[in-house]
Amino acid sequence: MSEPPAEHSADKHPPAEHSAPESPTDTRPGAPDSFETWQRLDPKAVLASTVLVIAPMFPIVGVMALSRDNSSRALGTAGVWLIIVLLTTLGSWLHWYFTRFRITEERFELRQGNISRSFSSIPRERIRSVDLTAPVAHRLLGISVVKIGTGRQSGSDGDLKLDALPTARAEQLRELLLRPRSRPTTGDADDRPATGRSGTVEQGPGSELARMRPSWYLYSTLTASLLLVTWAALGSAMSTLGDVFRALWASDTATDWLSDKAVSVWTHVPVWLAIASALVAVLLGGLLGALALSVEMWWGFRLTGAGDTTLRTRRGLLTTRAVSLERRRLRGVELAEPLLLRLAGGSRLTAVATGLGEGTAGGRSDNKALLPPAPRGVAARIGARVLERSDSLDDGNPLRAHPRAALRRRLTRALLPVAAVSGAFAVAAASTEVIPWWSWLVPLVAGFPAAVFARDAYRNLGHGHRDEYLVTRYGTGVKRTVLLQREGIIGWRISQSPVQRLTGLLTVGATTAAGDGCYYVRDAGAEQGLAFAERCVPGLLEPFLEKNSESPGEPATPTIESTHESGNETAP
Amino acid sequence: MIDVGGTAGGVRLRPPRHRVARKAVLWWGCQAVSGVAVLLLALGGAAWWLPAVRQWLVIALIVCGVLGIGYVAVMPWLRYRVHRWETTDSAVYTAAGWLSREWRVAPMSRIQTVDTARGPLQRALGLSSVTVTTASAAGPLHIDGLERDVAAELAERLTRITQATPGDAT
Repeated sequence: MSEPPAEHSADKHPPAEHSAPESPTDTRPGAPDSFETWQRLDPKAVLASTVLVIAPMFPIVGVMALSRDNSSRALGTAGVWLIIVLLTTLGSWLHWYFTRFRITEERFELRQGNISRSFSSIPRERIRSVDLTAPVAHRLLGISVVKIGTGRQSGSDGDLKLDALPTARAEQLRELLLRPRSRPTTGDADDRPATGRSGTVEQGPGSELARMRPSWYLYSTLTASLLLVTWAALGSAMSTLGDVFRALWASDTATDWLSDKAVSVWTHVPVWLAIASALVAVLLGGLLGALALSVEMWWGFRLTGAGDTTLRTRRGLLTTRAVSLERRRLRGVELAEPLLLRLAGGSRLTAVATGLGEGTAGGRSDNKALLPPAPRGVAARIGARVLERSDSLDDGNPLRAHPRAALRRRLTRALLPVAAVSGAFAVAAASTEVIPWWSWLVPLVAGFPAAVFARDAYRNLGHGHRDEYLVTRYGTGVKRTVLLQREGIIGWRISQSPVQRLTGLLTVGATTAAGDGCYYVRDAGAEQGLAFAERCVPGLLEPFLEKNSESPGEPATPTIESTHESGNETAP
Repeated sequence: MIDVGGTAGGVRLRPPRHRVARKAVLWWGCQAVSGVAVLLLALGGAAWWLPAVRQWLVIALIVCGVLGIGYVAVMPWLRYRVHRWETTDSAVYTAAGWLSREWRVAPMSRIQTVDTARGPLQRALGLSSVTVTTASAAGPLHIDGLERDVAAELAERLTRITQATPGDAT
């Protein structure tokens, strides 16, 4: 595995603000500081979208021209492409021409569209996030896309997008939109120049919470999704390369020669070596690709707290992304440890916040990342600082374990399919000659890892509360630890399946406006879970609880021995 | 700092005070019958048109028929026993399910909208459903099969209380 590029090691030391060389933070003399009148977008956005369409044309037309079997067809393709480019340019020019926005004292207003006109006007206090993204073309032109999130879970009036503004203007806009909460409705006009300038000043070193370290790229390389993406990309690249080869040599002599060569090599090399080297190649390719991807994603990552009110992340090598999050939207944090990352002692840290648009828009999960995959201790420490707690999230106190019935449930769920499959094999082997007698042993072997995973899943179960936070932990493929503000809990969802009813377990779900909408304490003991819910939000569940001894009418939740390891009880 | 341990002395959730309307049994029964009927018709049609696998389909038909009859006979009554609701001055509390059960609690202060809905079948039976949503994407409370007047009164009451409560409910 190769080390990250050398020049990045400069990032270890806090240097002068060089993390964002691409964003010229100087205020343009020509640009008015106020957004009160109707504003246009930057016309360079038209150029950027044109570039985006043109770029893929060159290699394709090039290949077609090189293959020289049919140059008129290449010309035709180029012509069609040119038309597409012209149409796109026209479209984005129209979009630019008809789009206006302004910020009044109370509202943000956006007018766009020519054929179907649209006008959105949202109160400024409802704006929950302002994110800046700059894909490569935009960055070269010094402009950024601004996304304004209103935080409604429903899609209709979801995000507003400004594509695009000069990066410095975009920074000002963000400052302005996220600022007024701290200073409600004072003289707006006097405020503007100050906000504009503070956009350049606020990146002082005092507020920085975390900064990328080179070794962290190795952790994010271990994220399975990155590996998968790389393999998929490699696969499609291979097939494209094959096409190019075939196009370049119209007669298949080269490929014939290659495959002959391959066959001759194949026959001289032992099979195990060939398979092993192929595996190693795939693995290495995947790792290298994942490393490259993680460098692209997390380059120059910084997490800063701008004053007390806002958290900001900024990252990206080619495409830069800047995400801001108001602290008052924060309801907690989640530590996620996927299996590979967990084995390496790493963890991801994400925000549980309202208005980040998850749940419905699942693909945008990287919006809520507070830290790249990093060592678990670091993630826990930064998580604590994000929540403005002094100590680490792991303060040494264990979470409360769940009853053994939860372990039995997990073991049953893991081993029942194994038993069923091996039983089926045994029956099949007994009744036919085709299937060998030992075949029923094969799934039995698979039972061991299944049991190990089940045990791990049980060991990971836990819940508790730390000061004003509810803590729940679960999962084996991805072990998750969620800290949820108890004040952010807006209801309970308590469920019990028939099996849970028989074994005295139940699942407690705390609903919240943030993140996934509901966070579960799975398979807690029936009384343990209810008592926990009552302690987390005193008084909410209490009117609906009754003593178990009385009225044995409905066997809703059988008694189990509840308080094993009841430790230090603090009065709620 | 961390708080482990639970209150000793067994507690459990008590069922909410009010049952839903008795006619709801009929409503759930109709739903169950139509669902089972569609399945059986599909299987029967397949058995008719595909003679090659007819015997397997007939077996499937018989199994589904027996299970379906059991489902139609049992499910509505179990649901009627389980489905209950209750409102206090501070919270809404519902219980639902038949095999699996679910209890939901939402404090009045966090309620965002109160909707009533009536499908064609419910209208024919004079029933109504009330849905109470909070700011959470995962936590709406459904109370199905209420008598129409009860539902209207409940929705009106909840709306009145939640309008009187300040805050943005997140």
